Amino acid sequence: MNEGKVFSLYDFTALTKWIDTGLHHAMSPFWAVITELLIIGVLILIFYALIGLFLVYAERKVCAFMQNRLGPNRVGPFGLFQTIADLLKLLFVELVPIKNADKFLFNLAPFIVIIASFMAIAAIPFAKGLHAIDLNIGVFYVMAVSAMGVIGILLAGWSSNNKYSLIGAMRSGAQIVSYELSVGLALITVVILAGSMQLSVIVEAQRDGWFIFKGHIPAFIAFILFLISSTAETNRGPFDLAEAESELTAGYHTEYSGIKFAFFFLAEFMNMFIVASIAATVFLGGWMPLHFGAWAAGFNHVMDFIPPFIWYIVKTFFVIWLMMWFKWTFPRLRIDQLLTLEWKYLLPFNLVNVLVMAFIVLMGWHF
Amino acid sequence: MSNQYLVLFFLVGAIFVGLVLILSGIIAPKSINPQKFEPYECGIPTQGVTWLQFNVGYYLFAILFLVFDVETVLVFPWAVVMKEVGMTAFIEIVIFFFILGLGLLYAWKKHALIWE
Repeated sequence: MNEGKVFSLYDFTALTKWIDTGLHHAMSPFWAVITELLIIGVLILIFYALIGLFLVYAERKVCAFMQNRLGPNRVGPFGLFQTIADLLKLLFVELVPIKNADKFLFNLAPFIVIIASFMAIAAIPFAKGLHAIDLNIGVFYVMAVSAMGVIGILLAGWSSNNKYSLIGAMRSGAQIVSYELSVGLALITVVILAGSMQLSVIVEAQRDGWFIFKGHIPAFIAFILFLISSTAETNRGPFDLAEAESELTAGYHTEYSGIKFAFFFLAEFMNMFIVASIAATVFLGGWMPLHFGAWAAGFNHVMDFIPPFIWYIVKTFFVIWLMMWFKWTFPRLRIDQLLTLEWKYLLPFNLVNVLVMAFIVLMGWHF
Repeated sequence: MSNQYLVLFFLVGAIFVGLVLILSGIIAPKSINPQKFEPYECGIPTQGVTWLQFNVGYYLFAILFLVFDVETVLVFPWAVVMKEVGMTAFIEIVIFFFILGLGLLYAWKKHALIWE
C-alpha cells in the first residue's frame, strides 16, 4: 500500500476507508468492527485527555497574561507540563468519603459529567473524513447530550450533604436550564439557514463563506447570543455562580477530593471545548478554510493550502480564548441578574432573531 | 454503525473514569480521622439538616424551562424544512411564536421572572 496517497492532511476519508478495508481483509467482520471501535475509542480518549490538559494550562496562562503575571513557568518549557504534574499529584490525593453523604450518587456524579462531555465530543467533525459519528441530527444531539452534564452537577451537589454544594448545584441547575433555551434558539437560527442539522452538511454548506458572513446580521447576532449563553451553560465566569468561590467555597464540588475533583474540572474544560467547537463549526465554518466568493480565487487557493484540521483547531481556540477573555474581564453576576439577563433579554431577542432569519431565508436575501 | 459508536463512547467514558478511580484508590494514601469526614462548613460542626425543601423560585423557572424547551424541540424540525415549505411555514411559526411570546409576557407580568 502506498502510504503517501492514502494519507493526506486535506482529506481523511481515504485513510479511514483504507484502514476499514484493510481490517476487513485481515480478519472476520465482527473482529474488524471491534478493532475499529477500539482504535476510535482510544484515539478519542487520548485527544480528550490532551485537550483537557492543554486547556487547563491555557486558562492559567491566559489568566496570568491578563493580570500581568507570568503564570506557570517552572515545569517543562513555558510550564507546559504543569498540568501533567498537577494531575499526577491529584492521583496521589486521598479520596475522602464524606459522612452521611449519599455514597452511590456521590460516586456516580463524576461518571455522568465525564460521559456527557465524552459523548458530545463524538459528534464533532474535526476535519474532512475525521468524524466519529455523523448523525443527521448532529446539532440537536450535541445540545441534548452536553445538557446531560447538569444531572451530574445536581447529583454532586445534592449527594455531598453540604449546604454550599446544594446551593451551588441548585443555582447551576436554574442557570443551565435557562441558558439552554438561548443556545437552542441560536442554533436554530443557523439550522434555518443550512436547512439541515447534520454537522457535516452544515460544514459543507459553508464552502463559499462562513455562516456568520452568509447570514447577514441575524447570524452575527445569533453568534453573539450563542457565545453568551454557552459561556453560561458551561458554568464559566462571569456566570460561574455554581462555584462562586467567594460565597460558596467551591460550589457543587466542595466535598470532592483528589481525582474526583479533577474529573469535574476536566469536564468543565471539555464542555468549554465542545461549545467552542460547535460555535466554530456552526458559525465559523468548522474545518472549512476562509473563502470569499469566486472573485478572490487566488486568495482562496492560499487558504486551501492550510490543512482543515488546523483551521478547525485555530477557530475553536479562538472561541475558547474569547470565553477566557470574558471570564477574566467581567465581574461575576448575581443570580437574579443572571436570570433576568436570560429571560427578559436574551430569550425575547432570540425569538425575534429566529423570525428575522426565517424571513431573510424565505426572501432569499442571504448569500 | 452510528449507534454502535454511541454505545462505544458511553463505554469508553465509563471505563476511563472507572479505571482512573481504581488507580487512584490503589495509590492514594488513606488515613482515618473522624473529623476529616465531616462535611465542610467553615470549620465549625455542621448545623441542622442539609436536605430540605428548596425555594419555589427554582420551581417556577423549571416550569418555564419545560415550556420553552419543548418549544425548541418542536422548532428544530421546522427549521430543517423551513426552506422547502416556504411562506406557510413562516406564517405558522409567527403564530406559534406569538402565542409563546404571550405566555412569556404573562409570566413576566405575574412576576414569575423575578428572583426573590
